[in-house]
Amino acid sequence: MLETVNYTATEELTDLFYQNIEMYREGCPDFMNNPRGKAIGIFKRRGIPSRKNEDYKYTDLRPVFQNDFSVIPRYVEQNVDLHEVFNCDVPQLNTHLILLINGWYYGRNRKMGNFPEGVICSSLQHAANEHPELVEKYYNQLAGQSEDPMSNLNTALAKDGLFFYVPDNVTIEAPVQVINLMNAKDHTFAIQRNLFVAGKNSEVKIVFCDHTLNQQYYILNNLSECFVNDDARFGFFSVQNQHNGAVNNTHFYAKLGNHAKLDTNVITLNGGIVRNNLQVKLAGEHAHANVNGLILADEKQHVDNATSIDHMMPNCTSSQLYKNILDDQSSGAFSGKIHVFRDAQKTEAFQQNNNVLLTETAEMNTKPQLIIDADDVRCSHGATVGRIDEDALFYLRARGIGEKEARLMIMFAFAEEVLSQIGVPVLRERMEELVDRRLRGELGPCQNCSLSHKK
Amino acid sequence: MLSIKNLHAVVEGKEILKGINLEIKPGEIHAIMGPNGSGKSTLANVLAGHEKYEVTEGEITFMGENLLDQAAEDRARNGLFLSFQYPIEIPGVSMVNFLKTAVNEHRKHKGLDPLTASQFLKLMEEKKKVVEISSQLTNRSVNEGFSGGEKKRNEIFQMAMLEPRLSILDETDSGLDIDALRVVANGVNALKRDDNATIVVTHYQRLLDYIIPDHVHVMYNGKIVKSAGKELAYELEEKGYDWIKKELGE
Ligand SMILES: Nc1ncnc2c1ncn2[C@@H]1O[C@H](COP(=O)(O)OP(=O)(O)OP(=O)(O)O)[C@@H](O)[C@H]1O
Ligand SMILES: [Mg+2]
Repeated sequence: MLETVNYTATEELTDLFYQNIEMYREGCPDFMNNPRGKAIGIFKRRGIPSRKNEDYKYTDLRPVFQNDFSVIPRYVEQNVDLHEVFNCDVPQLNTHLILLINGWYYGRNRKMGNFPEGVICSSLQHAANEHPELVEKYYNQLAGQSEDPMSNLNTALAKDGLFFYVPDNVTIEAPVQVINLMNAKDHTFAIQRNLFVAGKNSEVKIVFCDHTLNQQYYILNNLSECFVNDDARFGFFSVQNQHNGAVNNTHFYAKLGNHAKLDTNVITLNGGIVRNNLQVKLAGEHAHANVNGLILADEKQHVDNATSIDHMMPNCTSSQLYKNILDDQSSGAFSGKIHVFRDAQKTEAFQQNNNVLLTETAEMNTKPQLIIDADDVRCSHGATVGRIDEDALFYLRARGIGEKEARLMIMFAFAEEVLSQIGVPVLRERMEELVDRRLRGELGPCQNCSLSHKK
Repeated sequence: MLSIKNLHAVVEGKEILKGINLEIKPGEIHAIMGPNGSGKSTLANVLAGHEKYEVTEGEITFMGENLLDQAAEDRARNGLFLSFQYPIEIPGVSMVNFLKTAVNEHRKHKGLDPLTASQFLKLMEEKKKVVEISSQLTNRSVNEGFSGGEKKRNEIFQMAMLEPRLSILDETDSGLDIDALRVVANGVNALKRDDNATIVVTHYQRLLDYIIPDHVHVMYNGKIVKSAGKELAYELEEKGYDWIKKELGE
């Protein structure tokens, strides 16, 4: 197929870009094409990160790119209706359901008639051409400042993804569910680029569900930029449930205005290698970011969350809670950076990372980092790595609760502290259900998709 | 009901129980007293099935079966209950969920259907009255943020919910104020039947004014060194343990 380019070695990613530069530029406006050169330059200079790279100390991405895979620089129509074949485990939240396939906005997404007036929900490439002033104002404004090689690779190769815009003073009550599907005939490296803009005093909650529909080797590089303007409230809930041979590399950048509020919650249920980068800039006064994560890993899964919260203005608050439950030979990592700028007086920043290892072979690395340049601040961080509390287990068993059930109760209680942060009741209940099923071993990565192969 | 013969138990390489013998029949109340560190809680934990304690010698039968073969949860389902000296806090596990799971596990064991949500709540309301425990406590996570006395009261509440055959109350009286002591003791007495039995571990004769024991045992250095009727409790209260040590030639 013309639009599919096969190649092998990691180093060839740069060549691939230059050889196919016209294909990457095609259909995109200048403001998407212009940053590509600089971005590929940074990628080339820094390279695919290995453990030598301080920011990727716990995750070596080089082996990930040693397999053969294809990239798809054009939208390929699926030969099945994805709405028919796919049922997400987080279903029926409401009617706002959006599918993306291999990083591309799905061409046969059903019409969503019931968004309030002025809301734009579309393919990024489409929006970039239809609403150039709006998209250009935000596109690459955050990712463009990053030196992260994988983030820059995304900018170099970005062609599509989701664009979601909420005008000033508009509230979208029900959560908007976005399903990122991977479904290809070959091993595939997919690039997805999203842009979210919440206008002043607007409100929206996005639910991201990452799934794989078959067992091909997938690498997803999924970058989202998110602008939460003054007084706006933005919720971003991400459920990662890919198969255990897949690689998911996400980048989430957010910038908050005055009195803006951001809630993020990433829940990793399945996936082979997961690396989530999250960067929040509190760029207005009295902004608040509530950033949480819950990771349930087993077998040989590896999940690495790297957060960075910049307190740039006074009177902002941030709170982070990440929890890992690691079974078998799985490994987890958390590195959380809080940077309080010189003028950001009256900052309150909290960070907590608690982890439970269920086996001797599971491994957790945690690395907090505080850089405080202001003097009137309240900051704290803490990290724990422990095992299931044997005395608590005995207490439950001494009341007649079987060992397995008792363990589940304790693990669920541990997870619940994160889930309780989800402010949308229906969403919280669904997540609790999913986590409970996952802990019981009843939830496979492709539970409900008829396209899936046996695990 | 319970028969302990020559029980020896070790924790972390150290022998704590050094040959315990004890017979308990249905309807009886036994008090175990003894100085700190003599092994009373160890005995209670061994009976309840804590895996930290290794039984190196001896046997225990409970309700006609070998207790030592059974996992902690099976012992509980067969009717053994330990009111912990130091009840642990379990943040995130709600009292309601915890008790509902426990009650239904007991019912399953007896071949009964699980209680529905409303049946369960009704049972809970009924039993709450027995120990005068407030909904503010039962709506929280297990023991989380409970005061010392509240934790003890919660233990007896759980006992009321589970209706055990043999209850071991490990210093349930310590930390209780005078009114709470009376409430808890009345609760224990209200749950008393001809076919169940109680072991009361205590340091104070005061509790035994409310819960009147048939037998009082003194435990010392991992053994039961003296057994008598309830008058022994008064004697200990008055004279302490020195005279017993003297009797033993120490
Ligand atoms: N897990 C343990 N590890 C080490 N030593 C232990 C452990 N549990 C109990 N012991 C020791 O066993 C001995 C008996 O302890 P136990 O708690 O049974 O005493 P007790 O009679 O209940 O005392 P108290 O009246 O103070 O409650 C003590 O010396 C104690 O230090
Ligand atoms: Mg004790």
